[in-house]
Amino acid sequence: MKVRLWGTRGSVAAPGPDTARYGGNTSCVEVRGPEGTVLVLDAGTGIRALGKSLGATVKRIDVLLTHLHMDHLQGLGFFAPLYDRDVETHLWGPASTTLDLRARLMRYLSPPLFPVHLRDLPRLVVHDLPAGPFEVGEFRILADRICHPGFTVGYRVATSTATLAYLSDHEPALGVPRFPMEADWTSGYALARDVDLLVHDAQYSLREYPDHVGWGHSAIDHALAFAQLARVKHLVTFHHDPAHDDDEIDRLTHEATARAGVSCTVTAAAEGAVFEIGQEAPHG
Amino acid sequence: MSQKPIELIVMRQLASTLAMPIFLVDADGTLVFYNEPAERVLGKRFEETGEMPPSEWSTLWQPMEADGRPLAPERLPLMIAFSDRKPAHGEFWIQSLDGARRQIRATAFPLIRLTDEVVGAVVIFWETAP
Repeated sequence: MKVRLWGTRGSVAAPGPDTARYGGNTSCVEVRGPEGTVLVLDAGTGIRALGKSLGATVKRIDVLLTHLHMDHLQGLGFFAPLYDRDVETHLWGPASTTLDLRARLMRYLSPPLFPVHLRDLPRLVVHDLPAGPFEVGEFRILADRICHPGFTVGYRVATSTATLAYLSDHEPALGVPRFPMEADWTSGYALARDVDLLVHDAQYSLREYPDHVGWGHSAIDHALAFAQLARVKHLVTFHHDPAHDDDEIDRLTHEATARAGVSCTVTAAAEGAVFEIGQEAPHG
Repeated sequence: MSQKPIELIVMRQLASTLAMPIFLVDADGTLVFYNEPAERVLGKRFEETGEMPPSEWSTLWQPMEADGRPLAPERLPLMIAFSDRKPAHGEFWIQSLDGARRQIRATAFPLIRLTDEVVGAVVIFWETAP
């Protein structure tokens, strides 16, 4: 399984020379399987460049949305394959209590917020996420609700030899006096348990977190503690705060990692970074 | 170790921050948590009682009518909320584990998730005659 980061920023795009190393685009991750199946996790602004990079051989793309906050959706209308009659795009995401995913998406993908109607996209198939595991190509996928405002899921994506968990927006420490709690009382644990690679929200510093409790995000220290609890092999800290420049992400990651003393590998998510997990030969 | 449904996790987190006594059961009716205000009424810390099945918790505090007759477990508001999938309210007495007999007013409601599954139930209760 090959995982490439196309957008690592949280909340709002933050381009500029100060964010060039970690990147300014919002959440988007490409996952390629050993048989060539293409998954895209979230449709932040990073999905525009991903769309341009896909070769003509790709005929089906499955986009998995964690939730519909704008930083995870804003790039969708600029994803070139949506307008290509030779490509079938499947869009998966959470319904709400009263609206299915299509109806929820139409609030954004329609005038006056966007000039193109969802119904005018030639080969788009929209799926409400099923309650249990489902399969796309060689991937077995599990979506489960996690602690973040609104209807938000995290994903566990597995092949026969590799596992990835993607919890881009996640506040498991909300209301917990001493984090982490026991594993069975920790949001997201079932998704992240024993994975090879965990991409996890790490928006704030520990000092910033108290001013943002309930906003649905983690301090870097929380991401580290969560990764340790779930016994992941490699943690990628993700959804960087737009106010953090490259040097600050370096400093905050270094300080938190030194404090936590975790046993897993820790990498701050950088746009363009590629991770190969499992034993399959990489594609693309 | 399995993970509890997010609705139970968030409910426990909320209960942990509130000053009202709250008691939480999972989809099997198993007691999975009660908060500190509930500990004062029930007479024992949750860490001491731990999780327990409905057959156990529904009788442990000896719920009873005002005249002392035992209250059948299926008449407890929490059991009604759980089995009938709707809110329920009731007043009764309990024998607290600290030895005191206490009058309780309780309102219970089920936790029904998006897929229409009952993942648990909650009861909020007050001591009406301390």
